[in-house]
Amino acid sequence: MVEPDKQQERVQLTPQQQKARRMRSIAIALVLGALVILFYAYTIRYFGNIGQ
Amino acid sequence: MSIVQDQDITESVHLSEATPGDFLALLKPRVMSLVVFTALVGLVVAPGTVDPFTGFISILCIAIGAGASGALNMWFDADIDAIMRRTAKRPIPAGRIQPGEALAFGLILSGFSVATLGIMVNWLSAGILAFTIFFYAVIYSMYLKRTTPQNIVIGGAAGSFPPLLGWACATGAISIEPIVLFLIIFIWTPPHFWALALFACKDYGAAGIPMMPNVAGEASTKRQIFGYSLLLAPLGVAPALLGFASPIFGIVAALLGLNFLRHAWQTLRMADGDEKMTPAKRLFGFSILYLFAIFAGLLVDHIVSPFYPVIGG
Repeated sequence: MVEPDKQQERVQLTPQQQKARRMRSIAIALVLGALVILFYAYTIRYFGNIGQ
Repeated sequence: MSIVQDQDITESVHLSEATPGDFLALLKPRVMSLVVFTALVGLVVAPGTVDPFTGFISILCIAIGAGASGALNMWFDADIDAIMRRTAKRPIPAGRIQPGEALAFGLILSGFSVATLGIMVNWLSAGILAFTIFFYAVIYSMYLKRTTPQNIVIGGAAGSFPPLLGWACATGAISIEPIVLFLIIFIWTPPHFWALALFACKDYGAAGIPMMPNVAGEASTKRQIFGYSLLLAPLGVAPALLGFASPIFGIVAALLGLNFLRHAWQTLRMADGDEKMTPAKRLFGFSILYLFAIFAGLLVDHIVSPFYPVIGG
């Protein structure tokens, strides 16, 4: 039985695809970070209003 | 034995080259900017004060909801977008984004914007936003656009909701004032788009979209443009007549309305078969300026009117 060629099974990204994926990853990270800040600020404000 | 024996696996797997800019393009940023602007006017002009956080969340969710409906529209219209020169370079027909990616993107953003608006602002505005997305993506894009020359008349409602949404975010209610703002955009839409359709009707015809000039002819379209302009001119003055804008705004709006009518009249008198279509192009250009000026005028009027109580009342 022939061993699977690990090198051949891997998807090889072109430099353009690698660059696009990196930019998408950065964009997703930034959006998620912004959402964390947004929901955190809302939560603080919400509980602040309840406390008053 | 390897499954991929002699075959390059990259041939069978789709590897996206889409950049964040392509996904941003799916949101139709130019349309979104108009939505944000008119929603902001609705939010600011509404009675009472809105705290900056709520105002920011409201505008953010409305913008994302508008973008989501744009992405869903591009997903469904990819076939006709590929035919028209104006839209052929959009991310899906250009092959940079797969239709499935656009659909998922649009659906996720729709859900996110509606839910966030409901949780953080109020559920009336969230309901209106959900209806707006549904109306634009399903009623307009999937049905009206390809079946009736009244597509942009009825479909124009989707673009008319933002000031009403802004008002609902600020007050949690709907009254006659935001309905007037809704009607201004609603009645403005047909002359705006039909002026464009007059000089771009070959593109629409090639894509099989039943725009008014292709179906009813140029003469009928020009008459209808003038008819809607006759309705629009007094409607622009209505905020002053109803008392939620000053008489100064009313004068400016009346002058803008008369100028709109002048352009519509020149378009009406334009000879059939005129290749240059200069009056129609001027009307299209002025219509954009008109809507911007009316809403900017409302915003400025609301901000400065307390400083001229004697003149402004």
